[in-house]
Amino acid sequence: MSGRERILGRVRRALADVTPDERPYEEAVARGYLREHGDRTTGRTVELLAENLADYRAVVHRCTARELPDLLMRLLAGRGSREVLVPPGLPPGWLAAADPVQVHDRTADTAARLDQVDSVVTGCAVAIAETGTIVLDGSPDQGRRRISLVPDHHVCVVRVPDQVVSSVPQALERLDPTRPLTWISGPSATSDIELDRVEGVHGPRTLEVVVLG
Amino acid sequence: MSGTFVGMPAFPEAAHDAVADPTLRRNLRHATHTIRTRRAKAVGELADWAELREAGRRIKDHTLRHLDRYLVQLEESVTAAGGTVHWAADADEANRIVARLVAETGESEVVKVKSMATQEIGLNEALEAGGVRAYETDLAELIVQLGKDRPSHILVPAIHRNRAEIRDIFRTEMGAWGRPAPEGLTDTPAELAEAARLHLREKFLRARVGISGANFMVAETGTLVVVESEGNGRMCLTLPETLISVVGIEKVVPTWRDLEVFLQTLPRSSTAERMNPYTSMWTGTTDGDGPRTFHLVLLDNGRTDTLADRVGRQALRCIRCSACLNVCPVYERAGGHAYGSVYPGPIGAILSPQLRGTGSAIDASLPYASSLCGACYEVCPVAIDIPEVLVHLRERVVQGGPAVRQGNRVVLKPAKGHAAERAAMRAARWAFAHPGALRAGQRLASRTRRLHPRTLPGPVGAWTGSRDLPAVPAEPFRDWWQRTRGGKDGTR
Repeated sequence: MSGRERILGRVRRALADVTPDERPYEEAVARGYLREHGDRTTGRTVELLAENLADYRAVVHRCTARELPDLLMRLLAGRGSREVLVPPGLPPGWLAAADPVQVHDRTADTAARLDQVDSVVTGCAVAIAETGTIVLDGSPDQGRRRISLVPDHHVCVVRVPDQVVSSVPQALERLDPTRPLTWISGPSATSDIELDRVEGVHGPRTLEVVVLG
Repeated sequence: MSGTFVGMPAFPEAAHDAVADPTLRRNLRHATHTIRTRRAKAVGELADWAELREAGRRIKDHTLRHLDRYLVQLEESVTAAGGTVHWAADADEANRIVARLVAETGESEVVKVKSMATQEIGLNEALEAGGVRAYETDLAELIVQLGKDRPSHILVPAIHRNRAEIRDIFRTEMGAWGRPAPEGLTDTPAELAEAARLHLREKFLRARVGISGANFMVAETGTLVVVESEGNGRMCLTLPETLISVVGIEKVVPTWRDLEVFLQTLPRSSTAERMNPYTSMWTGTTDGDGPRTFHLVLLDNGRTDTLADRVGRQALRCIRCSACLNVCPVYERAGGHAYGSVYPGPIGAILSPQLRGTGSAIDASLPYASSLCGACYEVCPVAIDIPEVLVHLRERVVQGGPAVRQGNRVVLKPAKGHAAERAAMRAARWAFAHPGALRAGQRLASRTRRLHPRTLPGPVGAWTGSRDLPAVPAEPFRDWWQRTRGGKDGTR
């Protein structure tokens, strides 16, 4: 007998005492919780996103579309970056004023090559105000997962108000589960030493979020 | 400290040294109290916490009631998305499957994301026996691996180590596993984290095979979810060419939408954060992004035996947040090692004796490793009534009775060493079934109350070493009731 048949057989025997619940799933599982916490204006939701990002040590900047190229130039210069990774579909104007050499992620590049790049600039799929989270889904302005992981400095641009939602339930509604998703809430951190939070382990140790709108 | 839990003595003996170790007591007290306060604050931010908890309980219960259906659906979804699904009835089968999959890649080392399931089955040791080295990449797991130690907490396996001990382990052991610790390493947490970053970086960058568990698997979409903090998870899930995930069958949830509950309750319960730094979600394989080959190994290893128990099956709702450990007065004093399992604390006390059976000394003693205070139940984000299951398992240990082991129905014998308890219970049953005898006995006890000793004699005297025997009233309750009609006659 295969492992599969053995396990499924055991499950069925274990549940012999249980009457099957044939109601539709959404009826069987009542969801009395809130879709979002509190009632906010759009402007206030954007502020909450910025506050919660900053609370977990992301560095938050706000600017208009016209100011963006200059801001990105300054952020990369301030970091002293010589090279910056660029996703294939990053809007071309964003890095128009930036000095570092732009590196495109090629399949043939090894992870060790990416490790030599100082910074990466990406867009995002959605941002969650209540938790201070940005979610990447591998769209062309974000690139494959490894480019926002290996470099030590990640600059992520969030377009407001379009890309901001209040809550986790609202974010899941917007996301496509068939895409590889990365939820990011602040820079890499650990609580493993005496259960105290320390920022900066394997992921980017500096996360800068540009709130664009 | 040896790296195995095999042949553990019963809990009271195993806890004896830990309770007498002031450093350990201080480390545990500091850590659990820090996280306790912060968790309460994070949970308090959500006005609908009770509703989220109830929804989490219902989702998990519903899934367990139809587990066969959701496992088959999950298999279809994962396969359709480009993954391969394997089924492992026990630890040996799971280890054999993973060893074979690694061998097929031709690699002799793998990087691992922290995973309770692979700890439970002893995967690292099994791979080592086949000449494959498994590198733990979670900081706490790294500390445990380098220190040839055992995990003592679900979330933070090295919680029993303080920063100075961690620095010493890094200084002496890192060199044998790869890049040595930096010269002049101090014990500040930031420097220790930096040392781990440097040590593991080279391993991530060259890794071809990654091994993980998963926090959730979505039947509807075939999506797996790993919740983490450091980014080691992202490294292992993204950079290798082959990804092997070993996941307990109870980790499945029916729909994508169900994640909205657990992604709110898990981070706040476990690290007391609104959201953990990184969550990765993947569905099969994606062209040009991440591993090209994905294997999912579904693990039973005692879970279906647990599912067969009407009271005990609720333990399978557990999402491994570890909030119950952090509030437990017994865990705080005894530490995690005494529980003799990778699952310590209150959840371990109900999970280990169900996954492994109550046959060994340690497993038969675990249901007693509790004062039944109920703090664990209060904080559990999926409302597992741990005290209820503890009492149920105590009954099983003392009385024996029907159970399921490795899929077979068995009748357990009563455990040795509980003869007096059983005799007392038999006597009580007889007395309560004979009202005349009970009344006569109660009257006799009341009349002789002046003569009762304050402490118990003989070996049971230890119980009264720190407790008073309950005082017997001058008049039995039932006599008082009959005389006064429940106090209505006004006389007392």
